[in-house]
Amino acid sequence: MTRRLDALVALAAPVALVLVIAAVGSQLNPVRQLEFGDALVSVAIVVALYVFVGNSGVLSFGHISFVAVGAYLSGILTLGAEQKNLILPTMFGVLRHTTTSTAVSLVIAAAAGAVFALVAGIPLMRLSGLPAGIATFAVLGITTNIISYWDKIGPGVTALALVPTNGIWTLMTGALIAIVVAFLYQRSPSGRKLRATREDPQAAQASGIQVHRQRLYAFVISGALAGFAGGLLVHELGSITTNQVSVELTFTTLAMLVVGGVSSLSGAVLGALLISGLNSFLADAEQGVNIGFQLTLPTGTRLVTIGAVMALVLILRPSGITGGREVRLPRRWRGASGELGPGA
Amino acid sequence: MTFLQSLIDGIGLGAVYAVVGVGIGLVFGVMRLVNFAYGELITAGGYTLAMLSGAPGIVAIIACFAVVVALALLQERVAFRPLRGASPATMLIATFAVSFLLQNIYLLAFGSRGSTVGTLGGLNHAIAVGSLRIRWITIVATIAGGVLLTGLTFVLNRTMLGLQLRAAAADFQTARTLGVRANRVITWAFAISGMLAASVAVLLTVQSPLVTPDYGVSVTIFALVGVVVGGLDRLLTASLGGFAIGFATAFVGDLLPSSGSVYLPSVVYGLVIIVLLLRPSGLFAGPRATAAERV
Repeated sequence: MTRRLDALVALAAPVALVLVIAAVGSQLNPVRQLEFGDALVSVAIVVALYVFVGNSGVLSFGHISFVAVGAYLSGILTLGAEQKNLILPTMFGVLRHTTTSTAVSLVIAAAAGAVFALVAGIPLMRLSGLPAGIATFAVLGITTNIISYWDKIGPGVTALALVPTNGIWTLMTGALIAIVVAFLYQRSPSGRKLRATREDPQAAQASGIQVHRQRLYAFVISGALAGFAGGLLVHELGSITTNQVSVELTFTTLAMLVVGGVSSLSGAVLGALLISGLNSFLADAEQGVNIGFQLTLPTGTRLVTIGAVMALVLILRPSGITGGREVRLPRRWRGASGELGPGA
Repeated sequence: MTFLQSLIDGIGLGAVYAVVGVGIGLVFGVMRLVNFAYGELITAGGYTLAMLSGAPGIVAIIACFAVVVALALLQERVAFRPLRGASPATMLIATFAVSFLLQNIYLLAFGSRGSTVGTLGGLNHAIAVGSLRIRWITIVATIAGGVLLTGLTFVLNRTMLGLQLRAAAADFQTARTLGVRANRVITWAFAISGMLAASVAVLLTVQSPLVTPDYGVSVTIFALVGVVVGGLDRLLTASLGGFAIGFATAFVGDLLPSSGSVYLPSVVYGLVIIVLLLRPSGLFAGPRATAAERV
């Protein structure tokens, strides 16, 4: 009974957090709404990353490839035929003649992310440690390189622009879908097996768990969510360039995950919201903001402060703000049977 | 002839990657930390050289070494010492955070337009051998790379410090139990890796004199790819991996038709993935590469 309750709280806490962020954001002016929308998209991307990195304990520098593919595909699919003929004249016919709604384009982006993750994952999931990190990074290098130049699949060297944008409620729904999928996965038998391999690969293997297969499942689910989150990203920004879905996003999203606490869903959500919140606040403060008194920071302090905060959190709390645990009810509310293992 | 020209270009590029790779590999060997902020040491050296462009070359180079070694020690003391024993993922991300922080401090201090280094610009002149063009810097980089790596091998194999470094790399706990002072060894590893970074800064600013806040990033990424491809467990294989990346880039660049040259990174990364799949412990790692041989 208490276990069920714990699981419920572990899901309810991040969901509530996202609902509150969206509700507050929806009451603010359009500029602020963009900042809150940005935070919600970050949640979706970091949760996607968490499904693989958090549950398997293997670092991936390649997830932004799936975000990039999702973003470009979803963005291109929602452009009207005339716009495509205008800005994407050299593209393959299939892409040029198909126009879908945002929702359909997000589903297709998720499917594309899953297929890409499956193709990349079948060979790469045999690796672990640093070789895995470098190989996934190589996948990212190839993806951004090809998207940047091949004008048959996208805009080539120019930005993909004129993509219809969506409001904060759509972005919130997207973030919630990512959270629920991640939660269901980590509670599933497959998720539990993968977490066992994270704690002790040898023992897990000895108990009959096929490490590579479980990692591949997580990689594919995680790739699907990343493609989906990429679709959200492009429909939040309205335009995208390959620089926005490359090395920098890879590291900032990984840092959000590690700052929050790499091995818990609440950590992923909290890390994403805190770092993007701080980022938005500092961006405002560079323009001058009133927080009881007038605060104006010199231009350029934003990124320095973010870097310093990320470094400090990692130094002072190496296992992240949540310590890698899910949110749980305080002990006195949880009845007599208090001796429970770590949260799901 | 283009084959020979590619070979020469590959050596010049590879020597730089090899030195960077050894700088990263040395610290990795001792404390299992992949220092992504290594590139910012190179950048710091570049800015020092740029600011002292008017000064005599030797003064600028000495200052460059002093600044870079000091920054390397500062990185260790402030950021990485408290993280000793944290999970590899946390350490790697922390080094990224340090890298990100330093890049933005450079951006704040020096702006995004970049500073130009003029210290050893004369080395860009080429000598012609038949139809081949060999720039002086290629020769200097190759010799400097060779001298640095030989010197380091000597230190590691013939001195007390080297013995302690190798012991710490083989088994840090046991080495401590036997009286190797952890802080001292790690400090030295960072100091040496700082000297290597300063050398790279001197060599690299001759070939590309415009120093921007992200100056050291791409060379660090390529060198890191190189050392993992070569085999991070030993310095020899790590440096060979650096050369391999240099050669691969030069040769593939030569082979691709001009319309496909923009896809050079894809081809090189594709090769990297194939190598890692076939030989995860490294291209040059022996058939029985053991965890004991790390430096």
